[in-house]
Amino acid sequence: MLPVLQVGPLAVQLPGLLLLLGFWLASLLVGRSAGRHGLDGEVLDRLLLLAMVAGVIGARLGFVLHNASAYAEDPRAILSFNLTAFAPVEGAAAAVLAALIYAQRKSLPLWPTLDALAPGAALFAVFVHLSQLASGDGFGAPTNLPWAIEQWGERRHPAQLYALAASLVILLIVLWLEKRQEFPGQLAFSWLALASATRLLLEGFRGDSQYLAGVRQAQLVALMLLMLSLAGLHLLARGRGGGMQPERRRAGQRGPG
Amino acid sequence: MTTWIARRPHWLLMMAGVFFLGAGWIVGSARPEQAAAAGRIASPHSGFAAPDFDLERLNGERLRLSDLRGQVVVVNLWATWCPPCRAEMPALQQLYEAHQDEGLVVVAVNATDQDSASAAGAFVAERGLTFPVVLDPQGEASRAYALQAMPSTFVVDRQGVIREVLIGGPVSLATLRSLVAPLLEEAG
Repeated sequence: MLPVLQVGPLAVQLPGLLLLLGFWLASLLVGRSAGRHGLDGEVLDRLLLLAMVAGVIGARLGFVLHNASAYAEDPRAILSFNLTAFAPVEGAAAAVLAALIYAQRKSLPLWPTLDALAPGAALFAVFVHLSQLASGDGFGAPTNLPWAIEQWGERRHPAQLYALAASLVILLIVLWLEKRQEFPGQLAFSWLALASATRLLLEGFRGDSQYLAGVRQAQLVALMLLMLSLAGLHLLARGRGGGMQPERRRAGQRGPG
Repeated sequence: MTTWIARRPHWLLMMAGVFFLGAGWIVGSARPEQAAAAGRIASPHSGFAAPDFDLERLNGERLRLSDLRGQVVVVNLWATWCPPCRAEMPALQQLYEAHQDEGLVVVAVNATDQDSASAAGAFVAERGLTFPVVLDPQGEASRAYALQAMPSTFVVDRQGVIREVLIGGPVSLATLRSLVAPLLEEAG
């Protein structure tokens, strides 16, 4: 594995290109999944595109607002093509907000919509880890294990490969589960549970963690999301009458959800 | 599957088990000493110590990066044949002029192994660049910084740790100012 793939001048763009490719393939997959959940694929495609555009604009505006004095003197720089000048939290907030507004306007049902997005999210995660493999981000903690790789001046856990392998397994499970789904929201919460459990486990092998009160911050968030998704699965399953009367149970198993 | 998920005692017991396992792993895998360790290893990545170099300036003096410890350093790897490198030089000059009193240095490393010292000298004179420009005829800085595209810019804090990596360009003055401003406010 290479921390940086050198393919001439293209090397620079590779991490970003992988993310774009991942987004495109994920939106194709979401379009395909939409039908299974009784939704219009085109509407979901538009929702994703809108969320992405809002995310990019929000991330740049967030960065500009944090550094208002620098940009006041040179407003043209607001439009400059530079991936550093983005504020990720503001970007994510703008993307979610745009998606929520659009979903509300189109009266999209919450759980089926999230279920249709889950396979796309699982596929996009694969490309996030491929992108990290190319950029050298998300690197592992130092180790002397025989499969350690030389990266950023030390022998380290191949953390990007662990994450890539896990994301491929999650994608397969989500695609398998999609055909066997029994109640709305099951696929979305199952994906969230798998993704957060994996992050909780694999973050422990990373060398670039942010710390909060002496522990890895991402693991705290992952454990919280894991508990939330397990609780969500349980409540939605009960809402569907699972575990109540035998006849209702059978009915629940027959329906596609 | 639904039945199993919906069965409350089973599921709650499972959730409690997952919670304690997860919390145990969080504590067991914390190793907070790792967070500080990276800053001592030299590597061309954000969070690591900036790889040192000792190169000749255009004016014949030597410049060693580690001698600039205590100042915020913008290391820019460039060549005269690279259009975005030429395009961002005025922004680097303006940045240097505006903030050198606060402890900012711009060091432009000419990739002389892919360029020529005379071309670099002519360009610097023509643009009136006043920050230090060093020559790298053997490509040692290029290798140490794993140069993959020009320009590449590394923003190094007062402790000598790389805080931002900008690959490609041209980078705008506003972006550069946004990145160095918080570092200039940090104590040396």
